[in-house]
Amino acid sequence: MKVAISITGSQLDSPFDARFGRVGTFCLVDSESGEWSAHDNLAVSASGGAGVLAAQFIAGLGAQAVISGAYGPKAYDTLSPAGVKMFLGPTEESLTARQVLELFNEEKLAEANGSTHAGYHGGNH
Amino acid sequence: MIRIVVASGKGGTGKTTIATSLALAARLPTRLMDCDVEAPNAMLFLAPTLDDTKDVGILIPTFNEDRCTYCGLCAQVCEFHAIAVVGKKLLFFPELCHGCGSCGLVCPTGAITEKLDVMGGLTHGQATLTLSGTSLEFSQGTMNVGEPMAVPIIRELKKWTAYSPVDLEIRDAPPGASCPVVESIRGADYVVLVTEPTPFGLHDLKQVAQLAKELALPAGVIINRDGIGDEAVAEYCAESGLPILGRVPMERRFAEAIASGKTLVEAAPEYLPVFENILERISEQVGR
Repeated sequence: MKVAISITGSQLDSPFDARFGRVGTFCLVDSESGEWSAHDNLAVSASGGAGVLAAQFIAGLGAQAVISGAYGPKAYDTLSPAGVKMFLGPTEESLTARQVLELFNEEKLAEANGSTHAGYHGGNH
Repeated sequence: MIRIVVASGKGGTGKTTIATSLALAARLPTRLMDCDVEAPNAMLFLAPTLDDTKDVGILIPTFNEDRCTYCGLCAQVCEFHAIAVVGKKLLFFPELCHGCGSCGLVCPTGAITEKLDVMGGLTHGQATLTLSGTSLEFSQGTMNVGEPMAVPIIRELKKWTAYSPVDLEIRDAPPGASCPVVESIRGADYVVLVTEPTPFGLHDLKQVAQLAKELALPAGVIINRDGIGDEAVAEYCAESGLPILGRVPMERRFAEAIASGKTLVEAAPEYLPVFENILERISEQVGR
């Protein structure tokens, strides 16, 4: 399964980053083969709708699951029909993407069953 | 026609007090336009007889999924990421849409049409005359509760002028220095900056003065509640070449009159010449 993990940096040993829409990078890992690649998040500087854009971005990369710290309502509504399963990485401790992937492979990560917060859009444009 | 915007940055400095008094002091057919669509209140002072209303908003897309091929061009062109296409699913988030219409223009199959998304309303009325007896039109915008964007309503309000022609337009701007204020100022001839002589008043005055400068508009300052605070506002005006158009002192009787719905020039007619002079001065400066 191809899993996108939100990270700060560009390596599998870079730290896991709990932000979804505005995280710097997604590390795309094949959970069986261990092959990975890093992708700069297009949505990092979006003026609005970062969650929607990031969700389309990782769906376009072919991710079947994503691990991040939180999902807003629009990110959730975009990832769900795209068939990308959302998992919640540990936000209490500092782990690398590699360590988060191990927890995922050991099925120790919970799946998000709805958006985890109310979204940040309240703009006055 | 001369268009004057009354702005302040800081809320509660007296924008509406000054705007309504300027309107009443006019010797020309005048329109007062309340652009503070989140909390319009100039109506309380002018007591217009309302005669027209109109729903306004932006044009948002509707999608005919029978025609959609899920090519994703609409999602790609959307600057605000209000549209997502994932596989054979099309998602639209209306609260992110700014109504630019790009999606409809790029759709190759004509699957997108537009409809009005109502965000608020406009109200028009005829106020009692100015103190010199010329006509006084009134219009205001009101944003619906829960709507995130004030700008489209202000934009429509500025366009909604199909009534008896006027020679002077006074716009009562919203507080702050963000997009709704920029939209209120855009297209005007002069910006009246109302401030109070306090550090807070000065801080926000600087922001709006900068806005007027960016928009290349002449501006002048009215110091309200004069006598409180310090001299920093006057010093700033001198340094930056902003004329002080007038001063309104801090007096309990003004506060009482305003709290009972009276305008400043009605409560204190001795200030009428001050406002008349300000209008004359602006009229000379903008050259009409």
